[in-house]
Amino acid sequence: MAKLTIADLKRIKEEYHQGLREGGFRVKITVHMGTCGIAAGARPIMNAVMEELAKANLKDVAVTTSGCAGLCSKEPMATIELTGEPPVKYISLTDEKMRKIFAEHVLGGKPVKEYALVVGHETTY
Amino acid sequence: MICAGTGCVANGSLKVKDALEAELIKRNLQNEIKIVLTGCNGFCAKGPVMVVYPEDIFYQLVKPADVPHLVEEHFIKGRPVQKFLYTPPAQKDAIPVMNEIPFFKHQVLRALRNRSLIDAEKIEEYIARDGYMAAAKALTEMTPEQIVSEMKRSGLRGRGGAGFLTGLKWELCARVQGDIKYILCNGDEGDPGAFMDRSVMEADPHSVLEGMIIAAKAINAHYGYIYVRAEYPLAVQRLQLAIEQAKDHGLLGKDILGTGFDLDLEIYQGAGAFVCGEETALMASIEGKRGMPRAKPPFPAVKGLWQRPSVLNNVETFANIPPIILHGADWYASLGTEKSKGTKVFALSGALNNIGLVEVPMGTPLKTIIYDIGGGIKGNRKFKAVQMGGPSGGCIPHSLIDTPVDFENINKTGAIMGSGGMVVMDETTCMPAMAKFFLEFTEDESCGKCVPCRIGNKTLLTILQRITNGEGREGDIELLLALSQQIKDTSLCGLGQTSPNPVLTTIKYFRDEYEAHIKDHKCPARVCTPLIEFKVNEEKCKKCGLCFKNCPVNAITWEKGKVAYIDQEKCTKCKTCIKNCRFWAID
Repeated sequence: MAKLTIADLKRIKEEYHQGLREGGFRVKITVHMGTCGIAAGARPIMNAVMEELAKANLKDVAVTTSGCAGLCSKEPMATIELTGEPPVKYISLTDEKMRKIFAEHVLGGKPVKEYALVVGHETTY
Repeated sequence: MICAGTGCVANGSLKVKDALEAELIKRNLQNEIKIVLTGCNGFCAKGPVMVVYPEDIFYQLVKPADVPHLVEEHFIKGRPVQKFLYTPPAQKDAIPVMNEIPFFKHQVLRALRNRSLIDAEKIEEYIARDGYMAAAKALTEMTPEQIVSEMKRSGLRGRGGAGFLTGLKWELCARVQGDIKYILCNGDEGDPGAFMDRSVMEADPHSVLEGMIIAAKAINAHYGYIYVRAEYPLAVQRLQLAIEQAKDHGLLGKDILGTGFDLDLEIYQGAGAFVCGEETALMASIEGKRGMPRAKPPFPAVKGLWQRPSVLNNVETFANIPPIILHGADWYASLGTEKSKGTKVFALSGALNNIGLVEVPMGTPLKTIIYDIGGGIKGNRKFKAVQMGGPSGGCIPHSLIDTPVDFENINKTGAIMGSGGMVVMDETTCMPAMAKFFLEFTEDESCGKCVPCRIGNKTLLTILQRITNGEGREGDIELLLALSQQIKDTSLCGLGQTSPNPVLTTIKYFRDEYEAHIKDHKCPARVCTPLIEFKVNEEKCKKCGLCFKNCPVNAITWEKGKVAYIDQEKCTKCKTCIKNCRFWAID
């Protein structure tokens, strides 16, 4: 990997955001996998997502992980973000709930209100 | 365009305009976004109304309190806020937005700014959120003196618990002559119940690395260690990967970003000792010696790791540094109280509904954190006390629940804010037993070097064990108080200087409970088994039968409408009946 310059830092940031906007990703699924999430069972949730993704054979879904989302008592959690819409945080997930969310929100575009906690971004300033 | 027709003005649209103006200035958008007041828009029933161009989005029922959320989501993130869009009456059921959920509404994320948004194993995601831009600025546009000055002006105080002014610590080390200096990160996080640092190290390891680069530039250090407790394998793994990726990208190692500045960082794993969170013990540990503190002066800034000038900062402190360099000291100091600037991360645990990690501005009342953010006490029980600062801290009772949380105000109660652990206790907690629990920990973790801590804590523990065993003696409370004060005054390091705090604060606020244990041989919270008779109090028994239904050994007889009775021969003293009784009817 080449050593970066400051101009490179700016370029990477620009490319990353552009990639998100134009990269053809319609949906981004983030499974929260801090120690709290893993202890509560985030790995089976991630497996469920990967299985459903393979079944649906989609190319426009990005799956990623992050660390602890803050509400440790409601893990396992996942966040689904459709392009152009604010992210939706789902809590207290099970294998079954995740698959239902995949079907209705990821494929169908409609958030599953019963499993959702909140919509939007946290204040980071 | 904000409607300023009579209808909307009557509904407060001018207040919305003022709030919007203030928020735009705060977020530095006032030159990009123009506010225009218009005449009546027509849809008066849904005022105040606002139309945003160029997207032509129509917002209704906007209130001043909604403005920050709207600016954040729409103007900065580019997503129109669904909640304020007009929805035809049929589509009522919206999922709540962030500022409707108390858990999120009161939080402001600075140290945790990247939480839930990045994959810790992908450096590009950190860079995409302005990662390493602060390090770039510090290395190319600022002198060490300017960096120190900015840190001092920000008012950032050590987040590990001691609260020493970070900028001052850096200045003291920067002044010392020496070609070899060390920048150290304290990732030991020994407090039981604290997981703030673990979360940062696992979820956002680069924020720690970037903070260390900036600190290294300020003090002129080119080597550093991150001391991580071995009990955090995921944190060790993520930090290790982050260091490797940073090195590959020229963000660590020789000639960072082509600026000529070198910094090499290494991880050192702890071996399970709480005392190694103390800075001189930590340094002894890295040197391969037994983790034992030493007297100060000389302070580590002058003579630290391997006798070289060293600065040790906490993980959360480092995580706060990049934003301060990027957005400035004034921005950082705009939140918080007079002597405690910025935000603090707290780890909420215990008897709360919402257990988790929260970051709030300093000065937020304890009540807000426990009831609004924490969601109140689980199982409809009553709040009794909150232990702040782990085993070095103290308990705070309900009478002080309005206390604003910052260094000074919490110190006044006799507790310490500490590193941020908040263990909430309800009415089913026995305070002398709690003090004993913390002393068991600190007595075990004492390194043994100095008499007050080694022998003093052991003695405190012995007395507390007697008290909770029903063998308390007249004069025990006075002895605990005198001994505690002596240990605090004469111990060599912070472990001994703070280990009596749980004893002192529980006696201060719950003396009656100690007296009940000693004089009446009773445990009011029904926790200390030797002090429980396991007899049903016939006056208090509400004849609900819950104890009978839950007893695992069928030692209770009960019939509908009758008082319950416990057979002492069969009873195994497991306390299941007590845990189920809501009327405190079993003595």
